[in-house]
Amino acid sequence: MDEAPANGLHIAVLVKHVPDAQFDRHISGDDLTTVRSESILSELDEYALEAALELVETHGGPASGHRVTAITMGPAGAVAAVKKSLQIGADDGVHLTDEALGGSDASATSKALAALLRHVGPFDLILTGMASTDGETSLVPAQLAERLALPQVTFAASLDLTPGEDGWKLAARRDNDTFAETIEAPLPALVSVTDQINDPRYPNFKGIMAAKKKQIQVLSLTDIGLEPDEVGLEGSWTRVEAAAPRPPRTQGVLITDEGDAGIRLVDFLAGQKLL
Amino acid sequence: MTTVLVFLDHAGASLAKSERELLSLGATLGDAVVALAGEAEQAYLDGIGSYGVGEVYRPDSAEASDVLVAGKAVFLTEAVRASGAEILLLGNSYEMKEIAARVGVRLESGVITDVVALAGDLTATKVDFAGSYSVDCRVTTGIAVLTIKPNSVEATEAGLPSPPREVRIPVEVPEAVARITGRTDKPVSGRPELAEARVIVAGGRGVDGNFGPLEDLADALGGAVGASRAATDAGWIEHSAQIGQTGKTVSPQLYISAGISGAIQQKAGMQTSKVIVAINKDADSPVFEIADFGIVGDLFTVLPQATEEIRKRGL
Repeated sequence: MDEAPANGLHIAVLVKHVPDAQFDRHISGDDLTTVRSESILSELDEYALEAALELVETHGGPASGHRVTAITMGPAGAVAAVKKSLQIGADDGVHLTDEALGGSDASATSKALAALLRHVGPFDLILTGMASTDGETSLVPAQLAERLALPQVTFAASLDLTPGEDGWKLAARRDNDTFAETIEAPLPALVSVTDQINDPRYPNFKGIMAAKKKQIQVLSLTDIGLEPDEVGLEGSWTRVEAAAPRPPRTQGVLITDEGDAGIRLVDFLAGQKLL
Repeated sequence: MTTVLVFLDHAGASLAKSERELLSLGATLGDAVVALAGEAEQAYLDGIGSYGVGEVYRPDSAEASDVLVAGKAVFLTEAVRASGAEILLLGNSYEMKEIAARVGVRLESGVITDVVALAGDLTATKVDFAGSYSVDCRVTTGIAVLTIKPNSVEATEAGLPSPPREVRIPVEVPEAVARITGRTDKPVSGRPELAEARVIVAGGRGVDGNFGPLEDLADALGGAVGASRAATDAGWIEHSAQIGQTGKTVSPQLYISAGISGAIQQKAGMQTSKVIVAINKDADSPVFEIADFGIVGDLFTVLPQATEEIRKRGL
């Protein structure tokens, strides 16, 4: 096997603090933005963090100079996503927070994150989840790759790195509906991972204690060289004009099978003109 | 007249239903032209022409398709510039959304995904938070880049097939890219795609490894077979069948849920279905709270009986 490149890997994991889907979620205010009480580390980001930690462990552990940085942007409370990541095993954290960021759409978010990653990098690998569990557009990873001119390997269901003379090489598998693809890319690269890639670990007591000593760098827009009107509502290229809760579904007929439920089901479907 | 560019990326012999929907929508919004990545048979091109499309933009090399997402984004950006389009319509698969995302950055244009309705003034409606919110949004900068959910618009009748004029677009793929090095086709089921299906029969933990009765009912109804995460994680059915927060979001006319308890993550993927039928042994399953017709019973007796009844009625 080839020698590993001299310097350790620096991996950024993007994490997001999202409303817990177990509770009712709301959009409110003049800006029609998401209410972020009852929020947690996005479940889908845990797979990205786990992938980063596993890559470090596979390639010699932290002693080889590898480092995992958990990165988020958002209001003061959003730092909880970074803290949780530090407890699980990230080495340090970065929190971009600025009032002007509120109401950012995918394009403004990716602009802010690109500037942030340039400021705190360079990184060999940027890892994200497959989507946030709130906005769910899946636009941000692709837009980040475009803005940072990095190879984009999204929806990776497996991820391996191989050290080589010209630096690290990445191999991934991606599943589509009708076919599976194998992907190769040089580092640095941006990778989003699916929930099929691993089983995320939980923070243990040791990790929770160790996290208290880990550093979180807090940055503002000025720190990363962006003007307030480049992000937030003003810097967004789309605008939410109205948001209304949809009427909840109500329970219809409930029967207990007495031997003819299959026939009654077909009667129901016929009545609904669904046959 | 406004030029509307519809992006198609299909290697099939004929237009898929969702592609016909996009072409129909494009024609209602203005003068529709097409950007087409990948290989295509003449019948497919003629099919595009049958929707009144006079011009098809194609990349001048196959390289755009060898590179993950980035290559198609470069091609499509150039096709927008060449056609002068003010509206760009794409499908709603993950890859389509990613292509849209990158084209948006390249053209400094707003992107709206998961569009279920589009007004004449281009106000786009989408459904957020697992179907619990309806949100209207607009692109405020650049051209409107919109990914449209299948089954959102009615496909119109096509006219006579006619070959559109082909315009080749030079594509310069960026240097730092991820390359596709291999591709394995998965077995074809012959059933409709989940995202496009009118009827879906989905199974969960209660199926206990045997999707046979669900497949039979799906075939009797001309539907697709889906699954909860519990069933795909157990390896009973391929992962691409998963419906829910981390799988597909579907809105068929009829969703039949069998042996699925209906946790929030599963509801997230299916509660915008028009009619929901649920079969579960446990009367307390949360899925019954959103079912139009619920049956407390054993799916292994109820489903075969329903399938037989449908066949008996000659439907």
